[in-house]
This record gives sequence, structure tokens and C-alpha cells, in this order.
Amino acid sequence: MRQEDPLPIVELRDVDKRYGDGPLILDKIGFAAKRGDFITLIGPSGCGKSTILKLISGLNPVSAGRIVVDGLEPANAVEKLSFVFQEPTLLPWRTVAQNVEVPLRLHGSEPVARAEVVRKSLALVGLADRMDYYPRQLSGGQKMRVSIARALSVSPRILLLDEPFGALDEMTRDHLNEELLAIRQQLAWTAFFVTHSVSEAVFLSNRIIVLSANPGRVHSEVRVDFPYPRTEETRESAPFQKMVAEVSKILRSVERLHP
Amino acid sequence: MSAPKTRSGLPAIVRRFLPFVTGIGMIVAWYVVCMSLSADQRFLLPSPHEVARAFVDKGPALWGAALNTGGGALLGFGLAVCLSFAFALFLSLSPLVRASFYPYLMILQMTPIIVIAPILILWVGPGLKSVVIITFLICFFPMVVNTTQGLISTDRNLVALFTMCKATKWQEILLLRVPSALPYFFTGLRIAATLAPIGAIVGDYIAGNSAGGQGGLGFLTIIYSSQFQMGALFATAAVGCLLGFIFVAGVIALSWLALHKWHDSFSQSDN
Repeated sequence: MRQEDPLPIVELRDVDKRYGDGPLILDKIGFAAKRGDFITLIGPSGCGKSTILKLISGLNPVSAGRIVVDGLEPANAVEKLSFVFQEPTLLPWRTVAQNVEVPLRLHGSEPVARAEVVRKSLALVGLADRMDYYPRQLSGGQKMRVSIARALSVSPRILLLDEPFGALDEMTRDHLNEELLAIRQQLAWTAFFVTHSVSEAVFLSNRIIVLSANPGRVHSEVRVDFPYPRTEETRESAPFQKMVAEVSKILRSVERLHP
Repeated sequence: MSAPKTRSGLPAIVRRFLPFVTGIGMIVAWYVVCMSLSADQRFLLPSPHEVARAFVDKGPALWGAALNTGGGALLGFGLAVCLSFAFALFLSLSPLVRASFYPYLMILQMTPIIVIAPILILWVGPGLKSVVIITFLICFFPMVVNTTQGLISTDRNLVALFTMCKATKWQEILLLRVPSALPYFFTGLRIAATLAPIGAIVGDYIAGNSAGGQGGLGFLTIIYSSQFQMGALFATAAVGCLLGFIFVAGVIALSWLALHKWHDSFSQSDN
């Protein structure tokens, strides 16, 4: 086991966000992630879940407060992060393998080293035999897998996932949830995950942060203590179902509070 | 197995022959109209076989002129492709640049070529140079507009991905913006390809080298119309049309080469 690390890998302190002169989107958001945490952000639409990911990624600056990513400002920590978008966001004119190596290529790594990483990343998501396919020849789930392989190719310490499985059917989504956790057993990253699905949140994370909307605030945090690795059986167990019902109740109360 | 059917329910083989059937129908209708004209009006509409004979009689002149016009069209078209691409890259830099230049681009497009032509003749003299510039002027606008649209329509998340990977501006342009603009670029190219031969013929008509033996289809048009050679005029029109088809076919072949592997417009599964 890894030794206990007292420093959080990501910390948000009193983070505010507004775009230009627009309304306040995030109001004094504060929480800290330990190494290996799988944190899911959940809340009504407009609570700024995705905005929080954008702020951690350094794509957008905070309006007030501070974010520290592994001891650095987010903008200086981009090498440690990978982002998985809502859509697969692949280059349609590139093959699967070429898509996976885009970040490595932009970082200037050698072709030989790239090929090795691409093979490994695609093997992790079970698409080693689709290297030379073009994105349009893949199903929605496969495209998302390529997107995840691309995110993993840079060996990130932190993975930001913005509703990555939202557009997929439930079966595929469940499968990919299990695969994501299986990969996490091998490569220990810290994850921030945004979703609308309570069952997905409970299945994946050890911490669920419930946000309220207008402006986005941290409403409460739920700890999910089911041991990893979690499997299909976890999802079917009674304690899991109970937890889903509990979180759903909190979510409903939040939505009533700030309609 | 029955023959493959199309959506209209006709077998594919019948559907493929339909254009020929309508073609024959139109030729018949053409003859009917010719027959029904009175003797003193008959010269207005040559019959199909008179046009065919004009093709044979004027063959060398027509093909030579087609070559001249095609060359001028190709030069003007090629110039428009290169310059429009560079200009579109420039316009894609920022909304401010676009706002500053779009009005003048519009003015360029709205100014009638017929009026510009005499100015051009005074500036660069009649002949190939004028023809190329007129073709260029006609092709430039649709290509700039389409390519620019393509360059600024890049998926925002892909741009974010490139930003997170610390891509340089050039990497973003070459590896992301330009390839994702290709479908738009080829749309512009296809429009310009239909315009290029027309532009070259118009250019040749008003600014061609009417003094020497290097005239194109526009120059032939002037000669044949002044001599009331209706059959030859129709033949000239047909050659101009053929030139247009060749340009469009060339562009379609190019866009197939560039896009068929990955773009949905060439997807086999779609109909």
C-alpha cells in the first residue's frame, strides 16, 4: 500500500466563478481531494459541476479563491491532468491509434515511445484490435473508450471526467463504469467525475459532493464505503440500492431548495 | 434474390438509365420544335444534327479555344485556391480581423465583373492575364467564405484539448483547424469549380485577346454570333458546359481522395 500522504492532491479554497459581468456561478466552493480519491460532483443542472472541472483543469481562471493542484496553480499543472469530455471529442480524420497519441505528439515525445504507450492505453480499454479504424467506424461506447485511452496516454495523476457516459445506453454505461474502475485498480489516479446519474455516482466514487444551484454551492458530502474493486454484484446488493435511494433523496431536497 | 431496389421502388438499373431516357426525350422535343418553326424563323434554332455537324466542322477551333479557356480557368482557379486559403487563415485569427475585412470582401463580390473588365484591360492589357484575373475574382469569394467558416467552426472541446496539451498556435492550426475545415474548403472548391470556366469564358468574351489567334470560347462566341452561326454557337455552349463538368469532376475526385476515409459525406452506410 501507498503510504499516507497528508497533503491533498487537489484543493479548492473559497472558489468563486463568474463569466465576465454575468451572475455568480460558483460561490465559495471548498473541498480537498486526497490521492486516490474518486470524487463525483452531482447536483441540479446549472450548479456549475462542469465549471468546477474546467477550473481545476486550468482551462478557465477562478474569479476569487484559490485552487492548488499538486502544489501548483492549475495552469502550471496541466501535465498532471487529463480531461475526458462529454462527447468523445476525437479527430475524425485520424485513426484510433493516431487519436490516442495526440497528447503525446503535442508534448513532443518520440514516435517509438508513442507507439508503445498507444498500444498499452488501447489494450487497457479493450480496443487493441481497432488501432487502424476511423472514429466513424466505431460505436458510441467504443469512441468513448478511445477518448479514455487518449486521456490515459499521458499517465495523468488526476483524471477529470465531465459526464463522459451521459450519451450512452445504460448497459454500455454500466460496462464502462466497471472498466473504468478496473483501470483505476492498475493506474492509481485521482478522479473528479461529473454525472446526472445517482447510481453511477454511487458505483464509482468513494466521495459524492452534492451541489446546489444558483449559485453553485457545496450542499453536502456523502461517503461511499463499499470496498474496491466494485463489480456488478456491488450494484445489485441491497446496501448499494439503499445508498442510491439515500443520495437521490438528498438530491431531490436540493432541487426543492433551489428550483 | 430480386434486383436491388431504390427508395422509389425502381430497380437500380432502370434508375441509372433514366437520365438517358429523358435525354432522348429532350432531343425528340427539340426536333419537334425545329419542325414547327416557319421557314424564316428556322435559323433561330439549329437542329441537333446541325449542332453535331458544327462540332465536326469547327472541331479544331473549338478544342483549341477550349484548351485556352480551360488553361485560363485553371490558372485563375488555382490562384484563387491558394490566395483564398491564405486569406481565410488570416481571417480566422480573430473576430476583429473578420469584422474589419468582411465588408470589403463583400464589396469585391458585389462589383460587377463587366465593369471591372475594362479597367483590368487598361491595367494589364487584354488576353490571358485579364482572363485569369477575372476568373480569380469570381472564384475567390465563395472559397474565402467557406474556408473561413470551416476554420472557425472547430469543435471547442478539441481546441480545449489542444490547449491543455500546450499545443503551439501552429500545431493548433495545422493539426486541428485546417483538417477540420477541409469539408468546408471542398464545398467552396466545388462552387468555385462551377464558376471558374464561366468566369474564364466571360473574361475571354470581354477581355480576351481578340487580335491574335489565342482566343478562347468567349472569343469564338463573339465571332460566331456576329456571323449568325447558330449551330457553332450551340456547339460552343456545349464545350463550355463540358469544361465545367471536367472542373467539377476534378474537384469531386480531389475531395474524395481527401475525405472518403473519415468524413460522413462519403459514408457507405448512409444513403
